[in-house]
Amino acid sequence: MDTKIELQGVKKRFGQKVVLDGVDLKIGKGESVVIIGGSGSGKSVTIKSVLGIVRPDAGKIFVDGKETTHLHGRAREAVLKKFGMLFQGAALFDSLPVWENVAFGLIQGRGMGRKKAKDIAIAKLAKVGLGSEVASLSPSELSGGMQKRVGLARAIAADPEILFFDEPTTGLDPIMADVINDLITSTVKDLGVTAISITHDMTSARKISDRIAMLYKGKIIWHGPTKDIDNSGNEYVDQFIHGRAEGPIKMEVRG
Amino acid sequence: MNIFASVGRLFLLFLAEVGRLTRFTVSAVSSIVRPPVYWRLLLQQIMRIGWFSLPVVGLTAFFTGGALALQIFIGGNRYGAEAIVPQIVVLGITRELGPVIAGLMVAGRVAAAIAAEIGTMRVTEQIDALTTLSTNPVKYLVVPRLIAAVLTMPILVAIADSIGVFGGYIVATKSLGFNGAVYLKNTADFVTSHDVMSGLVKAAVFGFVIALMGCYSGFNSKGGAQGVGRATTNAVVSSSILILAANYLLTSILFTS
Repeated sequence: MDTKIELQGVKKRFGQKVVLDGVDLKIGKGESVVIIGGSGSGKSVTIKSVLGIVRPDAGKIFVDGKETTHLHGRAREAVLKKFGMLFQGAALFDSLPVWENVAFGLIQGRGMGRKKAKDIAIAKLAKVGLGSEVASLSPSELSGGMQKRVGLARAIAADPEILFFDEPTTGLDPIMADVINDLITSTVKDLGVTAISITHDMTSARKISDRIAMLYKGKIIWHGPTKDIDNSGNEYVDQFIHGRAEGPIKMEVRG
Repeated sequence: MNIFASVGRLFLLFLAEVGRLTRFTVSAVSSIVRPPVYWRLLLQQIMRIGWFSLPVVGLTAFFTGGALALQIFIGGNRYGAEAIVPQIVVLGITRELGPVIAGLMVAGRVAAAIAAEIGTMRVTEQIDALTTLSTNPVKYLVVPRLIAAVLTMPILVAIADSIGVFGGYIVATKSLGFNGAVYLKNTADFVTSHDVMSGLVKAAVFGFVIALMGCYSGFNSKGGAQGVGRATTNAVVSSSILILAANYLLTSILFTS
């Protein structure tokens, strides 16, 4: 399998706090990888490093075999065209109606005409199970689950090669969470994209991933196929997936 | 020793802040000249920053002009120089009070609004979302606000100047016994284009400061609702102080050569 994204020894600290302490991870083309880990373990910083929103202090990041670690300006924008991202709180632009949110990357990022972009936006909304009547609503009129769907439609609007999902099911009721999981699996399969998700919801992780990697104290301490997660032989992983308070992972009350 | 250490630490923090602001300013200004231009957003910001500031700027200018006429009359009276009212009013308004009062009012209204809006976008990851959609957040958010503020502030101040002089005229003719025609003639004969233009130059600088500090505070806000509140306060306080400091600097440059 070709490698789509590779992280080599990525390090990042904010002030005194070391967040990433040498992350190594390879993600194959068309693979769906879930990164699990507790709050503050550096999951978000990992994917933001790949996007270039956070600049790593050390290490290298490759996308399609080309190093992207220090790109900025136009070169960074060109790489970002391969990506789509669903944010934790959906991060919809509340000054714009739903369809313009979905079409944003097409209109602003790629200079497509508004009429054509709107048609594509409505088609993408249909893909995530939303009717065209939603298109002209403001994001604040939607429920949390619907906002997530619009966020997903926006992420896939420009047919990206890589999709990132940041806590896709957090804050949703179990049924809506499962709907989002199904949507993620089907979009990843249909579009043939490479996906990285970060979550601490194990039900979701098992359902949407081919492979799971666990991040702890800024390092990947275990990774393997999803079916092996229950027999990882790693006591940190065991404690995490069973949600036990007792074990090698000590909750740091102060970050 | 402890006192020196904490003074030193404060000074370093201050230098770091100045450095961050300078970097932000350079990236904002250099983004102005690079395409694309978001015309729709620019127009929207011109309406928000310029048009909707008219009532508050007009009202404050009117009352300031009136109070100024009254003070000059009372003060001038001590030397038998009360006839100087129209000349001093127009000078005070066009050179100093018009731009400064409009600047401070717009700082309160617009810098706060910009910081709150961009700050909320920051803490809800909307700014990161812009980046992932191949849109430069500085170009998309900062540039339209900067251009709109620099363009509309001189127009606002020109209007504030007229309304301020009109406020003085009303007070002088209605309660101080001035002849209306003479008052207007004295005003028009006395004021020079340099007085008015220098005020408009100040206005453009103040507009830049207001939009810049609003955007900068918003971009750097963190930590939820409290962080956005802090950003809003910072935007108003810092832009107000910078306006008054810049005003002194500009006065000394524009009027002492």
